[in-house]
Amino acid sequence: MTAVLSTHGLIARYGDFQALYGVDTELNAGEAVALIGANGAGKSTFLRSIMGLLPVSRDMVRLDGEPVGGTPTDRMVQKGIAIVPEGRRLFTGMSVEDNLRVAIDQATRVGAKGGWTLGRLHQLFPILKEKARTPVQSLSGGQQQMVSIGRALLCQPRVLLCDEFSLGLAPKVIREIYAALPEIRAAGTAMIVVEQDVGLAQSATDRLYCMLEGRVTLTGRSAEVTREQIGEAYFGAGHAVV
Amino acid sequence: MQWFDALVQGILLGGMYAQYALGMALMFGVMRIVNISHGDLVILLSLVGISMASAWGWGPLPVLMALVPLAVLMGWVLQKTVLNKVVGSDPLPSLIATFGLSVALQNLMLQIWSANSRSLPGGGIESQSIEIGGIYIGLLPVIVLVVATALTWGLDIMLKRTRFGRALRAASADVEAAAMTGINPRAVYALATAVAVGILGFAAVFQALRSTVAPADGPAQLIYAFEAVIIGGMGSVWGAFIGSMVLGISQGIGFRIDPGFGVLAGHIVFLIVLATRPQGLFGRA
Repeated sequence: MTAVLSTHGLIARYGDFQALYGVDTELNAGEAVALIGANGAGKSTFLRSIMGLLPVSRDMVRLDGEPVGGTPTDRMVQKGIAIVPEGRRLFTGMSVEDNLRVAIDQATRVGAKGGWTLGRLHQLFPILKEKARTPVQSLSGGQQQMVSIGRALLCQPRVLLCDEFSLGLAPKVIREIYAALPEIRAAGTAMIVVEQDVGLAQSATDRLYCMLEGRVTLTGRSAEVTREQIGEAYFGAGHAVV
Repeated sequence: MQWFDALVQGILLGGMYAQYALGMALMFGVMRIVNISHGDLVILLSLVGISMASAWGWGPLPVLMALVPLAVLMGWVLQKTVLNKVVGSDPLPSLIATFGLSVALQNLMLQIWSANSRSLPGGGIESQSIEIGGIYIGLLPVIVLVVATALTWGLDIMLKRTRFGRALRAASADVEAAAMTGINPRAVYALATAVAVGILGFAAVFQALRSTVAPADGPAQLIYAFEAVIIGGMGSVWGAFIGSMVLGISQGIGFRIDPGFGVLAGHIVFLIVLATRPQGLFGRA
């Protein structure tokens, strides 16, 4: 079985600083994979490299086996990868509906096929219908996150990259957002979920990768890896177990 | 009565400035590009229009209809070949590039058209006027104001209602997030500049009808566009329109106080706005 998305010895740099040291990962169709690790482990960099936001070599990223590394971001979206970026990155000054419409416009322009419509999104997050005309900057953090997820889904992705949904949100809101993931997966969308909360990441995914200082230090089935294994991979060998 | 007349003339003058200012507001709002060659593009288009009229005996309307599509194409090519290479979070490269372009355009025009002043023959339209309650209103300035209002309204509707408008606003708010939503920023930028320079096609025809143009006149037009956009608040379409009105009225009243004081009055109002409300009348703080 060919992975829908895979990375092969992925290396990324910010100027002189090397952030990723040969990361190998695989994401199968319909699968949800967690990417965990401490701050600065390279998780966001990993997602940004896939999206063409950092320069990488062509064959370091493959989509359906085809080398796509370094493809411009808008073309990656056309190829079926969407991202819910860190910090939500909504279009301020525009209403909730206009934010979502931007994605619909572009999906229509390139003839992207997929099942996500404004109506279905409103079923998933009813608040987005209620707040359709509200400028996004006056929404709560959780509502903004829902807009950001909705915007990515309306790009009709086969692969959804999620960068720290839960950052800065209340536990109740986080649960509400994670409750939407099964429905997104049911649509056949494969996911890579970057998450700080290890327990949450394990419960929402099939497999996980743990990163440390730009390298993958652990990979396994989310339900099977132990706290000890994760602790070691998360902090490096020889960490104090408490 | 003479002050009311000054106000009316000022508003009409503002119509001309609005046609300069709209394109500048659009380019700054979307790409943070301050286009120094803005005025030179007006003059270049004016001179091309004047040559069209004298070569083929065209009236102002056929010239306008030929010039606007040409201006759109020029804007698109300008963005694709020059500005897309210098656009970015740092405003300095585009500032330097358009400054260089301004100098190059002026010399190019001097080479082709010489330093002589020319104007577009309007077939009498430029000297017709209507009398309303003792005030004489020039027909041409009224047309200019009507066209400026229609352009502002059209641009505003386009930004709010169309797919292209939403893409422009998205790219303006966060260009990286726009790309993550499938927008090709460079394609959107090329269209934005095409629209901005296309509007200058209108300005070029009216400028050549209402006065004379010469290759070195560009920077003087640029300063009015700058002032109008800054008074109104950079990046806002209706702000640019209102800013143009404020500038026009200031000059109109200034001219009435003393014929030599008009332009200076506009500069003074601009400086007062810059000192007391630097984000502009309609800008967000």
